[in-house]
Amino acid sequence: MDVAVRELSYAQAIQEAMAIAMEQDERVFLMGEDIGVYGGAFQVTGDLVERFGSERVMDTPISELGGAGVAVGAALTGLRPIFEFQFSDFATLAMEQIVNQAAKMRFMLGGEVSVPVVMRFPAGSGTGAAAQHSQSLEAWLGHVPGLKVIQPATPHDVKGMLLAAVADPDPVMIFEHKLLYKMKGPVPEGHYTVPIGKADVRRQGRDLTIVATSIMVHKALEAAAALQAEGIDIEVIDLRTVRPMDKQTIIDSVKKTSRLLCVYEAVKTLGIGAEISAVVAESDAFDYLDAPIVRLGGAEVPIPYNPELEKATVPQVPDIIAAARDLAKGKR
Amino acid sequence: MANARKAANSDAAQPNLPFAFRKYTAEQLRQVLHKMYLIRRFEEGAEDAYTRGLIHGTMHLSIGQEASAMGICMPLTDQDQITSTHRGHGHCIAKGADVKRMFAEFFGKTTGYCKGRGGSMHIADVTKGNLGANGIVAGGIPIAVGAALAAKKLKTGNVAISFFGDGANNEGAFHEALNMAAVWKLPVIFVCENNGYGMSTSTERSTAVKNIADRASAYAMPGVIVDGNNFSEVAEAADAAVERARAGEGPTLIESKTYRYRGHSKSDRNRYRTKEEIEDWMANRDPIALFEAELKEFGIIDDAGIEAVREAVKKEIADGIEFAKESPSPEICDLENYVYTEVA
Repeated sequence: MDVAVRELSYAQAIQEAMAIAMEQDERVFLMGEDIGVYGGAFQVTGDLVERFGSERVMDTPISELGGAGVAVGAALTGLRPIFEFQFSDFATLAMEQIVNQAAKMRFMLGGEVSVPVVMRFPAGSGTGAAAQHSQSLEAWLGHVPGLKVIQPATPHDVKGMLLAAVADPDPVMIFEHKLLYKMKGPVPEGHYTVPIGKADVRRQGRDLTIVATSIMVHKALEAAAALQAEGIDIEVIDLRTVRPMDKQTIIDSVKKTSRLLCVYEAVKTLGIGAEISAVVAESDAFDYLDAPIVRLGGAEVPIPYNPELEKATVPQVPDIIAAARDLAKGKR
Repeated sequence: MANARKAANSDAAQPNLPFAFRKYTAEQLRQVLHKMYLIRRFEEGAEDAYTRGLIHGTMHLSIGQEASAMGICMPLTDQDQITSTHRGHGHCIAKGADVKRMFAEFFGKTTGYCKGRGGSMHIADVTKGNLGANGIVAGGIPIAVGAALAAKKLKTGNVAISFFGDGANNEGAFHEALNMAAVWKLPVIFVCENNGYGMSTSTERSTAVKNIADRASAYAMPGVIVDGNNFSEVAEAADAAVERARAGEGPTLIESKTYRYRGHSKSDRNRYRTKEEIEDWMANRDPIALFEAELKEFGIIDDAGIEAVREAVKKEIADGIEFAKESPSPEICDLENYVYTEVA
């Protein structure tokens, strides 16, 4: 059976996934700030309110803590809410409900309940929105047992992973890089899922492994294409899921290439790169390393407003090219 | 009882009786007394077990607040859901929990309601509609609103109750939750058990309004103040609020003014209140003593009947503690169970 594949933007793919989820399951509904007639701050919900009505595409007051708590309570008692944070930065206002309640409820009650809530977080820099609207906080939530944390990098994956998240009995946090919303890519029609907890090898290579997340996957692929001309053959892994992390795919790749570069937008220190490095350091892949592991992450500053400073804060393609070249040529 | 005045459901028949004595049967009222004693003796049993080193951690006892828990839960069915607080043992019992499994939870045993993973502060009984105590002040309030939203969307006709203390009324979650419940006209009842102190800080020192029920006007819902130590008064307010919620007319805030005899938790040295204040509440406003006096006055029970209730409760508590002691502890190898849903 042929499934039609169209070019959709990342935002359209999310919207389509939410529409399919609502069509297939009466219990699924959307909550968030200005997601109704406004269509969401990034037009992700768009016109869904016209199709599904304001009961299922619910505007909330500007109450991130309370709103997240209502979503948790609804999930606990038979519904399947998809809660949109207007910006991932606003997760800071709702940490209590996310970390103390959603994540721990099942455990604290000895497995008697589950919390099938999906929370969506528009994340990342590059929009000139400065320090409080540009952060990448996925590692914060990735640190919490009980949560699943995903960072789909393509329209195809975000649709399939969102549908997997809606079907998941546990709380799933989706970090969507804002610069990806307009990126287009092939997306199959209809319902399909992309598994949570499985990384994807986006590009095969022999000389060096780059493990990247979210928008950095695309930058890493660009860098890899550029370095091919220099005879450096790079493998690019799209991590896709922060928790639970797909350790095996990382380990297998490093055993093959013997070099590891981690690329992510969040602040470098105490982040996802440290975890990826530790996965390798604690495994038998360590013995295969021919060079120290290198991390490229965000600078140790809040995201600045000035566009040149903003760009300099997070890894860019030339940074990845330089780091990968040095690593591959043994200059590290 | 020979001289028992039969409780009637007709207001006209006994116009001067307190609400509960008009609404509920003699048998139901005797059950209420039984459960109020069960709460008190459970708390005392837990305290004793803690003192003897059988229970670790900490606990927050609700001795003195029994009428509040019972009165609020009186009009509820097993399908109606509650969220509770760190001072939640009474709510759990009032909602129908088995003290055996509660003690087992406090002892950290696998037969406990949370299989030993939650303890006192997360005690729950989902089958009876108790979604759990909560270690975070005001943490359960938005969750109850979510349960009410689910009830409305799924058209179950159920209501949700959120118990919280006076301390919670200064948390943002309280205000956000009340606002949303009112905007969406949800079947939820907010029950503030004001025992006068958030840990050591009195409501006078912490709260800008005189009564916490005054907050209700900011969210366009009824704010009702009741004597939390008077079972009938609490039950009457709960009954009206539940009826309003079930009729789709939206939320109510009930402030149940009460008092806890014990300290906030096990670390409390009681330096913020006087011995006289505590003794006055215990001597003159004890909820069980007040209810017993009413039961006797209206001929529902006599001294022998009360003694029989006390004996029955004593045995239940002893059996519960024995059950907890004999129950197995969790296996260390099962440590990571229940973090995520096990996929078959």
